[in-house]
Amino acid sequence: MGKFIRLSKGFDINLKGKPAAQVSTPEQADTVAIKPSDFQGLYMPKVVVNPGDTVKAGSPLFHDKKFSDIAFTSPVSGEVVEVKRGDKRKLLEVKILADRTTEYVQFKKFSVSDLASAPTEELKKQMLESGVWANLIQRPYGVIADPTATPKAIHISAFDTAPAAPDYNILFKGQEQYFQAGVDVLKRFTKGAVHVNTHASMELSTVFSQVKGAQINKFQGKHPTGCVGVQIHHLDPINKGETVWTITPTGVIQIGKLFLTGNYDASKIIALTGPCVKNPQYYKTVVGASVKKLIKDNLSEENCRIISGNILTGTSIGSEGHIGFHDLQVTVLSEGNYHEFLGWILPSVKKLSFSRAFGLLSFLNSGEYNLDTNTHGEERAFVATGVFEKVTPMDVYPVQLLKAILANDVDEMEALGIYEVIEEDLALCEFVDVSKQPIQSILREGLELMRTS
Amino acid sequence: MKFLRDQLDKVKHNFEKGGKLEKYYYAYEAFDTFLFAPNTTTPEKGAHIRDAVDLKRMMMTVILAMVPCLIFGTWNVGYQHFLAIGKSATVGEMFMVGIWQVVPIIIVSYGVGLGIEFIFATLRRHPVNEGYLVTGMLIPLVMPPDIPLWQVAVATAFAVVIGKEAFGGTGMNVVNIALTARAFLYFAYPTDISGDVWSYIAEGEKAVAGFSGATPLAVAAQSTGNVVEDFASFGSGWAEGMYSIQNLFLGMRPGSIGETSTLMCLIGGLILVLTGIGSFRIIVSVFAGAYAMGLFLNLIGGNPFMEMPAHYHLIIGGLAFGAVFMATDPVTAAHTGTGKWIYGLLIGMFTVLIRVFNPAYPEGIMLAILLMNVFAPLIDYFVINANKNRRLKRATV
Repeated sequence: MGKFIRLSKGFDINLKGKPAAQVSTPEQADTVAIKPSDFQGLYMPKVVVNPGDTVKAGSPLFHDKKFSDIAFTSPVSGEVVEVKRGDKRKLLEVKILADRTTEYVQFKKFSVSDLASAPTEELKKQMLESGVWANLIQRPYGVIADPTATPKAIHISAFDTAPAAPDYNILFKGQEQYFQAGVDVLKRFTKGAVHVNTHASMELSTVFSQVKGAQINKFQGKHPTGCVGVQIHHLDPINKGETVWTITPTGVIQIGKLFLTGNYDASKIIALTGPCVKNPQYYKTVVGASVKKLIKDNLSEENCRIISGNILTGTSIGSEGHIGFHDLQVTVLSEGNYHEFLGWILPSVKKLSFSRAFGLLSFLNSGEYNLDTNTHGEERAFVATGVFEKVTPMDVYPVQLLKAILANDVDEMEALGIYEVIEEDLALCEFVDVSKQPIQSILREGLELMRTS
Repeated sequence: MKFLRDQLDKVKHNFEKGGKLEKYYYAYEAFDTFLFAPNTTTPEKGAHIRDAVDLKRMMMTVILAMVPCLIFGTWNVGYQHFLAIGKSATVGEMFMVGIWQVVPIIIVSYGVGLGIEFIFATLRRHPVNEGYLVTGMLIPLVMPPDIPLWQVAVATAFAVVIGKEAFGGTGMNVVNIALTARAFLYFAYPTDISGDVWSYIAEGEKAVAGFSGATPLAVAAQSTGNVVEDFASFGSGWAEGMYSIQNLFLGMRPGSIGETSTLMCLIGGLILVLTGIGSFRIIVSVFAGAYAMGLFLNLIGGNPFMEMPAHYHLIIGGLAFGAVFMATDPVTAAHTGTGKWIYGLLIGMFTVLIRVFNPAYPEGIMLAILLMNVFAPLIDYFVINANKNRRLKRATV
């Protein structure tokens, strides 16, 4: 019995470079990489391949020393070219040179009725071995789901309100049967509901509207309404001691394909967006693909930043980088490393601001913004009050929570609701902050302190 | 611009690590960022874009909101001067008298305050923070027109060092800095900040016959009969009708430089609320609290000041200025939305209480705001506790 929830707080950022509604199949990416940094909560990744080894799609590349059941597998078949390590031999990425045609490790195939009768442990084991388990994220803390835990619910956000976010109707067109199979499998892992959270006014794809066995909820509001943490807060908040799992629709479809076809099919559609992209559109590619071919001759300037993910929560990957495991978009912005004469006082319509302070006339401009990475000011102590609460549609006081984290006060953090948020939920606070504090990284420090204490 | 940028870049290496003037880096950086917005970019992980507003722009908005009070107050100093000596003058001459009194106070306030901030930034090795941009303008506006400049300097130094830097600088202070400066003078040198100092009379001039330097608050506090009648009859012979309701609202009366005109304060308040920088909750609730307490005292009655109609409280004294510019200081006010309503209401109520019951000094807004600054964290504590209890109640474990 789905709920309808209307949220008034938040802020939509109208970024230039939204993707055009066409999907191309580009030249196949030559390299694919899996990075441990895409996953929170890894104790110490242990590599099981060497450079020169041949792998198939679904062969294990590394696993965590602590949770050794969870395999991180190769998305494509090919040859391992590099096991890149950084300082103190920290594993940075495992790079694979992709074959022309993909060979898959064969796992057990199930029919739709088999899925209902197969024991849960068997389903879980296949997911762990094949590499699709990494799609499941556990709250609190936003880490990889613990196979031994039983979540009270599983949430899937079926829309994205981030700046220039891809349209999920285009991303998942035609995947109805795999999404349904994925939902059927996920239902086996929880006693509670599998929630599919949709946007009330956007046209709803049949992938989500026709799903059976899941609770379909409707949300209306500005960003961060699309963030699954906000949705969980309003449907069924996480209390101390409870766990909830979240997964993107891509992950659900991967699970469906794993059981119905027996293959780890890591293909996905992503959106290349942003003001520096000449032709922003959708591309058929694979998990962890290199962006080199996508951006070739496609950027309108040299001095730009290539981000895997959206501009609020993504990671800068560079022109030779690889798309993150969970990410469904790549955004390209220009770097803002320029000085601006009297930049703090001259009036402007072109600068985006949540505030209407002197000279910031962006509230008059409803068009698109060509944003860059300039911080527009230096880091200061917290001064302005009441602003974060306007962009956090949850009953959480962000400033007090952040101050508790900065003071390493574990009891206070817990009492103020740190179990309910991860970085993406407070990303808008980092955007509107007058004092330019690194809020998401402060929050991650707090989460790690809570998790490991 | 390119010339300036090149000049700044040329000398930069002297201030960086290893340069001769390494320890003055933050002083150099303050000038650099004053002229040019810095070219820093966001880190590689996290939000890659930032809002265009920064602390400098926020402070600039508050200063702009104070400009109506400043201009009107400067003119009013001259106007009161000519009224007191019984001579007529042009608007220009009134401005000249006002400027001659007010500008030195502003220069001393900014000079001493920013000087101390630069020294602390150099000693503590952090950037010069913009908090003083607003305080430096607020301090002159709450001073009487002929306050000795050395007193302004000492008060500013005390307020910045003890009130702000001792707690950690901008964003860390407990009490409002401008009010700390005024409170310092009130307790340390009371004769120059209370009594007959609110009308400036130049050296060599004599006050006109029948002149009284009493502010509306003084008249109300010393009233033996009916305050409204005393207001009506004030100034007969030299300043007819100066304390009528219209004039009290417009502000052409003696008082601190910036606080006399309720109209100008409301314009400033409107600017702050429309830009979203000042909290409308605090402004509205201060006025509401004062009016409510005034009505309540009207009901009980007792002395003429208590029986003064409640709406007069909103236009006499520094209530309007305090409500719009002092109480709304985000660092020292309550931080939560609910807390701001309670904070403002209590400030309004205490202001009227202190005015009416304090035998020594009829102004209450300064002490009320300072008192509530100290209590603001307690108000927030209860609001946050309610949030924590909501969370605990729904926990089943």
